[in-house]
Amino acid sequence: MLRYFTRRLLHGLFLVVGVSLLTFFLLQLAPGDFFAEMRLNPQMTAESVAAVRHQYGLDRSVATRYLLWINSVRKGELGFSFAYDSPVACLLWARARNTLILTLSAMLLSWLIAVPVGLGCGARPGGWSDRLCLGATSSLLAIPDLLLALGLLFLAVRTGWFPTGGMVSPGFDDLSGWGKVKDVVSHFCLPVATLVLGTVPVLVRHVRAGVVEVLASPFIRAARAHGITRRRLLARYALRGAAAPLISLLGLGITTLLSGSLLVEVVMSWPGVGPLLWEAVLARDLYVVVGAVMCSTLFLVGGNMVADALLFAVDPRIRTE
Amino acid sequence: MTIRRRIYLALGFLGALHASVLLASFFAPYDPEVQDRELPFAPPTRLHFVDERGRFHLRPFIYACASSSMPVAACVEDLTRAFPLRFFVRESSAVEKANLANQGAELGASESKRRHWRLFGVDQPARIFLLGSDGLGRDQFSRLLHGGQVSLLAGMLAAGLALGFGLVLGAVAGFYGGWVDELIMRSVELFLALPWLYLLFAVRAFLPLHLSAVQSFFLLIAVMGVVGWARPARLVRGVVLSARERDYVAAARGFGASDVYLLRRHVLPQAFGVVMTQAGILIPQFILAEVALSYLGLGVAEPVPSLGNLLAELQQYHVMASYWWMFLPGAALIPVFASYYALANALQERAGVVPT
Repeated sequence: MLRYFTRRLLHGLFLVVGVSLLTFFLLQLAPGDFFAEMRLNPQMTAESVAAVRHQYGLDRSVATRYLLWINSVRKGELGFSFAYDSPVACLLWARARNTLILTLSAMLLSWLIAVPVGLGCGARPGGWSDRLCLGATSSLLAIPDLLLALGLLFLAVRTGWFPTGGMVSPGFDDLSGWGKVKDVVSHFCLPVATLVLGTVPVLVRHVRAGVVEVLASPFIRAARAHGITRRRLLARYALRGAAAPLISLLGLGITTLLSGSLLVEVVMSWPGVGPLLWEAVLARDLYVVVGAVMCSTLFLVGGNMVADALLFAVDPRIRTE
Repeated sequence: MTIRRRIYLALGFLGALHASVLLASFFAPYDPEVQDRELPFAPPTRLHFVDERGRFHLRPFIYACASSSMPVAACVEDLTRAFPLRFFVRESSAVEKANLANQGAELGASESKRRHWRLFGVDQPARIFLLGSDGLGRDQFSRLLHGGQVSLLAGMLAAGLALGFGLVLGAVAGFYGGWVDELIMRSVELFLALPWLYLLFAVRAFLPLHLSAVQSFFLLIAVMGVVGWARPARLVRGVVLSARERDYVAAARGFGASDVYLLRRHVLPQAFGVVMTQAGILIPQFILAEVALSYLGLGVAEPVPSLGNLLAELQQYHVMASYWWMFLPGAALIPVFASYYALANALQERAGVVPT
């Protein structure tokens, strides 16, 4: 057991280090940097631009800067933002929390919907419920995330039922405790709905595929021959048999969900990592880009860890390895 | 329906879609850059068959907008001025000439080249906006077709690039094994694990921001191709791994066949199905990536239209709230995606996998 988890942990560590190296060195290939546009400013002399670049260490070699960056990660600063003039970590934490709230609740909700629906669809492959389900999911799949987000936003604009962006209303601080919760939840509905509508069809199809595959296997036929009821068969045997690929999907699903939430956050101006990354890319705020990518990688590694632990609990074949 | 017929149906539909955007300059009534500042955000022009006196016309006609002094007026149809729809017109109108002249000498020089056949059009001074017009009075329908050209082409080229990388690296990894395999598969894991949009952003961040439209188009394709190679590489490796152990491969090797010959002749053809299925999955994904990046101002730049930067106008609140036809470029993606997914599903089923 310890060996299994150490291996998974090492794998996660490899991912984090690999991603940091990859983004860091890719970003160094960029022509120009945050201060490049300053050269166009007639009030700045070439010397003062050089001085600023020296101050931020942009004139050092890539390897030195990577080591310096590692050092600042160790101190919990994650580098320094040129645009905000503060350590990246300060900017990132609050936003990472908001992204986490959004993605986790979207994930939870979409799994809660997808598992029963997928089970219902896969129970009778080729039946009317299955065909209905396939039709519905493929038409939902064909709607791009961006259009979904824009469409829901349009709904909010036209009906006024939901706030059209942000996370809290202007007078948030004056609200009572219950009012605050209600305010955040109402802001929260549209982004979560977009993410859920985007992920549910994918998940339903995976659950369905898993169930169909398991139902065709001999042990199900044996169980049926023993007179186990259909409902019990589905809930206890089929679902459990289909669980292993689904749990690893849980880890991978975080990837798509994070990508989706990046877009949704920007469109609906949810104050998460997405808008921060977008602005940082536009402003060439190097360390913020690296920090945001690292942040998403950390989410991912965390999600994979949870998935591995679940897999360990559910699938006895792994324990004997 | 049999799987074969479903594949042909999806392919046929996709072919028609692509042909219509490929021939954009024929199907579109105007050039995508032509502006009419008098008519910003004009709603879709209505085609009429029955005129004032209740007479029926076989040839549809439109009414010109009544000129009004309001800055953003909903087009009020001037019932005294009817313009019949003309088919197969040789486009070279006065306004367009004037526009071109304004835009400078270099465009004026190529003016003769810009005269070409169009499927339909109306006489000056009326304007036909089948899908309305945007903030600068440009025809959305023409921009949609030309933008579709850019977006669909970007998706296809990027998928081609990603599949090419994936095929080569996957084949090398599977065929040679050892440390090469280890190295490639570790990097596959790295690329697969990253949220692809974040990765796309990070890679985009290292490219210059201000680029000409053509440069940014090709950079976009390169970036997407670089980001997307991992999954095809892994799948191709799996196929190659099983194919290289076959008896006929061993036999060919015994006859002295070289590695390149073996790969090309005996191993890689096995990966054809996998590559095709991946193409069906990757192309819509890359089209979506182009749309997302251009929407955010990181992809194809104005004035060249793409489906993404057509949608970008919706970032303004008043556009989203009042002009519903600005959503149509997004809606145009739905049939494209639906047919690609249908194709990918049918291909997966043919390969004996339960489609997901």
